[in-house]
Amino acid sequence: MRYLPLTPADRAEMLGVIGADTVDDLFVDVPAEARLSGPIAGLPLHASEMAVERHMSALAAKNLSAGTAPFFIGAGAYRHHVPASVDHLIQRGEFLTAYTPYQPEIAQGTLQVLFEFQTQVARLFGTDIANASMYDGSTACWEAILMASRITRKTRAVLSSGLHPHYAEVVRTMAKFTEDDIVSLKAELVAEPDDAAVIAQIDDKTSCVVVQYPDVMGRIPDLAAIAEAAHAKGALLIAVVTEPVALGMIEAPGALGADIVVGEGQSIGVGLQFGGPYLGLFGCREKFVRQMPGRLCGQTVDAEGKRGFVLTLSTREQHIRREKATSNICTNSGLCALAFSIHLTLLGGEGLAQLAAVNHDKAQTLIERLAKVPGVTVLNDAYFNEATLVLTRDAREVVRELADRKVLGGVSLGRLFPEDSDLHKGLLVTATETVTDEDIEVFARELEGVLA
Amino acid sequence: MNAVNASGWRPSMGEAGEGAGFKTASGDYGLMLEEALSFELGSSEKCGVDLDTPSRPAAAGLSKFLRKSAPALPGLTEPETVRHYTRLSRQNYAIDLGPFPLGSCTMKHNPRLNEKMARLPGFADVHPLQPQKTVEGALEVIEQLADWLITLTGMASVAMSPKAGAHGELCGLLCIRAALDARGEKRDVVLVPESAHGTNPATAAFAGFKVQSIPATPEGRVDVEALKAKLGPNVAGVMITNPNTCGLFEPDMKAIGDAVHAAGGYVYCDGANFNAIVGKVRPGDLGVDAMHINLHKTFSTPHGGGGPGAGPVVLSEALAPFAPLPFVSRGEDGRVHLVEEENAGEGHAQAFGRMVAFHGQMGMFTRALTYILSHGADGLRQVAEDAVLNANYVLRSCEDLLPAPFAKSGPCMHEALFSDAGLAEGFSTLDIAKGLIDEGFHPMTVYFPLVVKGAMLVEPTETESKAGLDRFIGSLRSLAQRAKDGDQSLHSAPHFAPRRRLDETLAARKPVLVWQGAPGEPGTPSLSEIGGS
Repeated sequence: MRYLPLTPADRAEMLGVIGADTVDDLFVDVPAEARLSGPIAGLPLHASEMAVERHMSALAAKNLSAGTAPFFIGAGAYRHHVPASVDHLIQRGEFLTAYTPYQPEIAQGTLQVLFEFQTQVARLFGTDIANASMYDGSTACWEAILMASRITRKTRAVLSSGLHPHYAEVVRTMAKFTEDDIVSLKAELVAEPDDAAVIAQIDDKTSCVVVQYPDVMGRIPDLAAIAEAAHAKGALLIAVVTEPVALGMIEAPGALGADIVVGEGQSIGVGLQFGGPYLGLFGCREKFVRQMPGRLCGQTVDAEGKRGFVLTLSTREQHIRREKATSNICTNSGLCALAFSIHLTLLGGEGLAQLAAVNHDKAQTLIERLAKVPGVTVLNDAYFNEATLVLTRDAREVVRELADRKVLGGVSLGRLFPEDSDLHKGLLVTATETVTDEDIEVFARELEGVLA
Repeated sequence: MNAVNASGWRPSMGEAGEGAGFKTASGDYGLMLEEALSFELGSSEKCGVDLDTPSRPAAAGLSKFLRKSAPALPGLTEPETVRHYTRLSRQNYAIDLGPFPLGSCTMKHNPRLNEKMARLPGFADVHPLQPQKTVEGALEVIEQLADWLITLTGMASVAMSPKAGAHGELCGLLCIRAALDARGEKRDVVLVPESAHGTNPATAAFAGFKVQSIPATPEGRVDVEALKAKLGPNVAGVMITNPNTCGLFEPDMKAIGDAVHAAGGYVYCDGANFNAIVGKVRPGDLGVDAMHINLHKTFSTPHGGGGPGAGPVVLSEALAPFAPLPFVSRGEDGRVHLVEEENAGEGHAQAFGRMVAFHGQMGMFTRALTYILSHGADGLRQVAEDAVLNANYVLRSCEDLLPAPFAKSGPCMHEALFSDAGLAEGFSTLDIAKGLIDEGFHPMTVYFPLVVKGAMLVEPTETESKAGLDRFIGSLRSLAQRAKDGDQSLHSAPHFAPRRRLDETLAARKPVLVWQGAPGEPGTPSLSEIGGS
């Protein structure tokens, strides 16, 4: 077996040192009736690299990959071009095969990356500080709500209807067990986000309002107005960003008054990967640092006075505080944070702004073209790189028929909000820099065919 | 300073230059490289990507939302970027460089075939919300891996979406909560052994339970009588780690399970140590109701400097109906179907909800399945046997110098546990750990489990050859002897790492969590600014 270095002679010699006759003698604590006598029946035996590659490649070939079809899907996961150097660098064994940096003297590479990452996220979000990452945007969103409860000592959270329904579902699921009071607003097919409805729900018992920016239909809420209303009642504003590239163009949530900003970092450096692993981003005001979940990297000095970095403020964390920890999180998303950080370093501030402008340009081309298709109405007044169309029939069927024509033509609101039939004619379409004018033309033509 | 150290390796970093009696002008010493922050190196205008130029300004609708200036983020060109991260990478220890015997972490070799397969466009470049018929291969991967995990553990079902071990623990406990709710029972206590990983009590609290601690016996096992005495109508279940954090198998697991079940509770097993028994023992045969599997431990997906992990949870018949959405199952037509909120009513109506936005750690599923197929049923069994053999070899090769508190009670599983009792006055586990760094090794897990004084938990995994283990053992014995002899140089170890011991108190007392300057600004905050002396 190519991954196992011990030879039969090694094993025999080692058993001699141990004083055991057979390796099974080492499993003596396992009750005899629970010990398996040989390989589990019915499962295949070991296989060569070539055979495994053949098996996996056949499975991969059964999928229609985004790069092989006109592709207009977003809704919380975005297809951006990732420079080749990003994937090369994250495969450096010193990054890929290192552990959480518990021994900082021999983990300065990982730790400095995390310090740079935290700074990048804080600057992108317009927050004072950021942590070293969470699992993904949806779990970061729930952790932010818990954090707001700890800070405000209140447990009522108001979710904007523009929050990604999967995120809202994660929040409602977790809240069932913590008995937090979650107010979910009903989504509607209207041009403007539900800012007024959110503000109307804020009362003295409210710990936080959760607003996605841009929202799941591509609309852009007025965070400053919501922040002002929340703060007036002693509540916090949690802004959720599922497309961080947008922040190259629209104002950072922290600059608009958001107290906690969380997001999904996948769209910078990470790739689609059928939904994971992704990267939870988490920034907030500095005064909340001791209520933050997740790992934090901080600057310090070594015994010779050289600058260095360590994991810090771990008295918030499970391995020290056990049941009193701010979160149970242990492993986070380190390698995805590295990919994000490298990609963002390649872009730089001006580059991110230009990338955002190209995305917005493509989206305008797409929306203007699709608006000319009979049976299509554009919902949004404002959008960044995705917007909602209203069709003449259930968009779920339209998406499936487009797939038959080898076009990955957006996400139907019916898939995201299955229980809400008012929304089922909605189709969310997205254009990033990876979309060509020809792709847009094919999409428009096939959509016209499907709707005819 | 340039002498070959006890492990036979030359020091590659640290004081070599100063030992030669001079300082270089650059601050680098040959291949020992310092690296500034990207914020000190780059500038907002620099870019390592050739981007298109937008053909028009922002739409009028967006104008009131626009930011006034680009984010203050440093950019670097591609060669500068590659160099920055490559230089940083050299300041890390990694499995690719040598043994990484962190107990409980299972730092085994990460096969590169796994990486290659995960990057096939059919897996890497598919969107989680594509129409189902365009992602049938991806769903097949999830189903095939699920099938292996169910079979290897002898359980009824598996929830694939949890993102890491602690997230899997949460999933298991929420299944228990949902099952109790379905029975109309309010039970609010979870029993956790005092030797448990910190995530166990943290997770139980996160899931809304009260935690009660169970003591360990002098032999390093769960005190079964103490556990039984705590069972009652308010106990939702127990969280047991097996093999446990002392590196021992819990021989009374089945009896514990029977007692918990008789009292109306459920058994959660922390599967962090599954590598010791994969292919040898099925937790399902021991009365387990839920167990997470760290794909980044047993099944070799890379740790990546702290994740991403993946923590699927295998479930018993009793808990299977409550597994969260989304869910993949093979239908009677032989095809794999995705169960989401839209169609959960058709056979999965009791799901407790949703834990993540999409389908879980797909990139880890492809790697883990690749690893499993490479090993097969026979290879996985050999993995467990070699991992246990290696740990026992370390245990018996060092126990004369380092006390092994539970070695008398028989063989260990995949981890050897030592204590720092008996070192010279003022010497402790920390000195041995930092000394191992100078020897060219990553230290073992230290000061965990808490039930042993100055614990050193060594998990060599099956990845180490006998020659590699002999070299490690030689270093560990040498360090133990030096610590017994009171060798003061150990107190200042490491001497040869990119950094000497770091001031963690300073970092926590006055946290500096982000860099404060403008991009491209030279220099760093002065030591007085960050609270140093």
